[in-house]
Amino acid sequence: MGRFWSIMFLLVPILGVGVFICAIMDETWPFINMWFPEDISDHGYIIDNLFNTIMYLTGLIFIVTGLMLFWFMWKYDETKNSEPVKFTHGSHTLEVVWSILPAATLLFIAIYQMNAWADAKIIRPTEMGPNGQEIVKPPLVEVVGRQFEWRMRYAGEDRIIGTQDDIFTVNELHLPVGEEAVITIKSDDVLHSFFLPNARVKQDLVPGMKQFVWFRPLKTGQFDIVCAELCGWGHYKMKGRLTVQSRSDFDAWMKASAASQTLASFIPSDEDE
Amino acid sequence: MTSHDHHEMTVSSFISTYVFSRDHKIIGMQFLFSTLLWFLIGGLLALGIRWQLAYPWTDMPVIGSMLFSGEGGQISPEFYTALFTMHATVMIFFVIIPILAGAFGNFLIPLMIGADDMAFPTLNMLSYWFMWPAFICVGSSFFVAGHGASSGWTSYPPLADVTAASPGSGTAQTLWLLGVTLVGVSSMMGSVNYMTTIIQMRAPGMTIFRMPLTIWSMFITAILQAFALPVLTAAGFMQLADRTIGTGFFLPEGNVINNSVAAAGGGQPLLWQHLFWFYSHPAVYIMILPAMGMVSDIIACFARKPIFGYKPMVYSISAIAGLGFIVWGHHMFVSGMNPVLGMTFMVSTMMIALPSAVKVFNWLGTVWGGKIQFTTPMLFALSFVSMFIIGGLSGVFMAATPVDIFIHDTYFIVAHFHYVLFAGTAMAVFGAIYFWYPKMFGRMMNEPLGKLHFFLTFIFLNGTFFTMHILGAVGFPRRLADPYHYETFRHLLPMNQFMTWCAVAMVVSQIIFAWNFIYSMFFGKAVGRNPWHSNTLEWTAPSPPGHGNFDFQPIVYRGPYEYGSPETDQDYYPQTQPPPSTA
Repeated sequence: MGRFWSIMFLLVPILGVGVFICAIMDETWPFINMWFPEDISDHGYIIDNLFNTIMYLTGLIFIVTGLMLFWFMWKYDETKNSEPVKFTHGSHTLEVVWSILPAATLLFIAIYQMNAWADAKIIRPTEMGPNGQEIVKPPLVEVVGRQFEWRMRYAGEDRIIGTQDDIFTVNELHLPVGEEAVITIKSDDVLHSFFLPNARVKQDLVPGMKQFVWFRPLKTGQFDIVCAELCGWGHYKMKGRLTVQSRSDFDAWMKASAASQTLASFIPSDEDE
Repeated sequence: MTSHDHHEMTVSSFISTYVFSRDHKIIGMQFLFSTLLWFLIGGLLALGIRWQLAYPWTDMPVIGSMLFSGEGGQISPEFYTALFTMHATVMIFFVIIPILAGAFGNFLIPLMIGADDMAFPTLNMLSYWFMWPAFICVGSSFFVAGHGASSGWTSYPPLADVTAASPGSGTAQTLWLLGVTLVGVSSMMGSVNYMTTIIQMRAPGMTIFRMPLTIWSMFITAILQAFALPVLTAAGFMQLADRTIGTGFFLPEGNVINNSVAAAGGGQPLLWQHLFWFYSHPAVYIMILPAMGMVSDIIACFARKPIFGYKPMVYSISAIAGLGFIVWGHHMFVSGMNPVLGMTFMVSTMMIALPSAVKVFNWLGTVWGGKIQFTTPMLFALSFVSMFIIGGLSGVFMAATPVDIFIHDTYFIVAHFHYVLFAGTAMAVFGAIYFWYPKMFGRMMNEPLGKLHFFLTFIFLNGTFFTMHILGAVGFPRRLADPYHYETFRHLLPMNQFMTWCAVAMVVSQIIFAWNFIYSMFFGKAVGRNPWHSNTLEWTAPSPPGHGNFDFQPIVYRGPYEYGSPETDQDYYPQTQPPPSTA
């Protein structure tokens, strides 16, 4: 039976790697479209590449250790192995080697990630101010999560949120393509998480805190806004829609939204979806 | 003595022997039976989750009307949130932690160190009986308004803090908090007892570096619990105060939830997350270290070879425990915690992968050059190594902060912790049950049935959990009652159906185990003291050991892993066997 069990353990690395390869190729049944969703942001590829780097490194270790386990089970089966047991309590050299190698690899991975993290979460985008100096780019829109919808508040022409020319929408986030979008995110009630799978953006919304996310959408189209933090019974339906459009379409949409708003002033919607 | 008096004596002695017993073995078995029953309940709750993910908003056949009669056999979104909350709560607080520390810790610690019982037998009895109010609190939370706590097992405020936030945030949540706090009281009693017993009551000659790795891991786990639990207990009482007497530890100023204004404010929702994970990250190691210890003993025994690198194994257990206290922030990379802090936690989290890697290499080193006996416990132990490699490696992805932005709260995380906790710990627990069963009951479990159980569980657990990595790469979020609401995830339905049927088959396969477990108790092959030809002390006691464990004073002459030693003719060398020179 040792042979049988060894082969079963051999299937772990073989099928494991097989499943990943099929998924990455994205076109093999039953793994069609089962890898990263389409990336529409300027920084998404960095996160995808970091994922891939870790996948190759850990995949290598997965294959090597899986094959070793298989081979030892195959070779040292009691019923097949006539050699005496290798009576040893360990090897100092080996312990040092297999401590230092993974330590170095893991430290490398950690340090290698830091710039991407800083760009995504710490260093806010800047723009040229009126006097030619670099200033922190003001947010284009404020997204407020509440059970179970997303409320958007655009800064309007004065580029300041909280003034009279603000434009309100519910669950509809429009962004101009190719421009760095800075978004303020807040929560009215419980925790939510602002997740744009296609832009590789995710940030929890914490009541009492004001936070910022930023990215540059590079492709036009409509994409999902997902709530990724449990926020109550209706968590699953807290769905928004991101529309990335050309600057002219975006301006026209802003103008139309502003116009419709002056006619019927903003009424918070309590309807589902 | 009249016959009437005699009758009274038997009833009271039955109660003191089997119910309010102070014997560590009986207490261990009480923990074992209770946790196995909860394992079944937790598994059925998981099937509820899987059903909803495969066939959203359709009636669940057969057990639907039994489990969700109030919902007419269909899972409502609020009940779905209760399902995954209670699945996690039951599995973590009522199964994994008490089966490792409560069942195996209790049964094995005195036997493996050569003591006649625990240091504090009454405290030990109380540690079991404090589980019952916890069982009742958490169990009854299903039957009060809201039908089950539903803020996730992490119980994040304000959702968990404010009664109006969700149907399950009412009485159900209060009962949940009381239940979890009581589990903490039970664990604390156990942990104090284990530490004292291991430090004070070892048999002559049992130096700390002659202790089996099972004992080392139980010892370190007890220390982890003793230092981490007070924080969870304090946080639990703070949340209880927020909910019942109107404090605002975790509520910001002017918070309006579901049109109700919170009475108090000025607190911080993130404070709960810090306090919760300061306990619950070490708790992750509480849920894996004892399994690692038991697997080490099983692998050495059936490879008929000393454990490779005993001291590095001990040091890595200690390193995991030490580093375990400074990595809690990796649960909070996108929580709103200062992102600069995220970098620190990324480095410490990467470093904690190192001792785990060292342990894997040492297990491989142990198997290398041995004479492997493919018994059921060995298969489960080897599968622990194989599966823990997957669970350990997938942890590196989420330790990397930028990658975590994308995969946080997706099924990639769900895959990771199920590989560690189910494919890892639960498989190790199965192995440990098969391994120590003859010591517990004096009879063997059936080997062919055990192997069939292993084969089916191994296949179906991978069918259920491996594909979760792929769903995670698509960004498939966890905790959604209907993920197909989003266009991005709509095409993942068939894959989820496949996973659900694997999960069903996995649960059904456990019937083989249940049958084997119960049948063997009465009709299994009776065995002597040492059926596996193992070295450690528990195998020198009678099977099952009587009150006081040993019928002789064990004296320890060597470490626990001297299999295949050239000093002796047999392929094992019990710790109590005198060396030839003194024989």
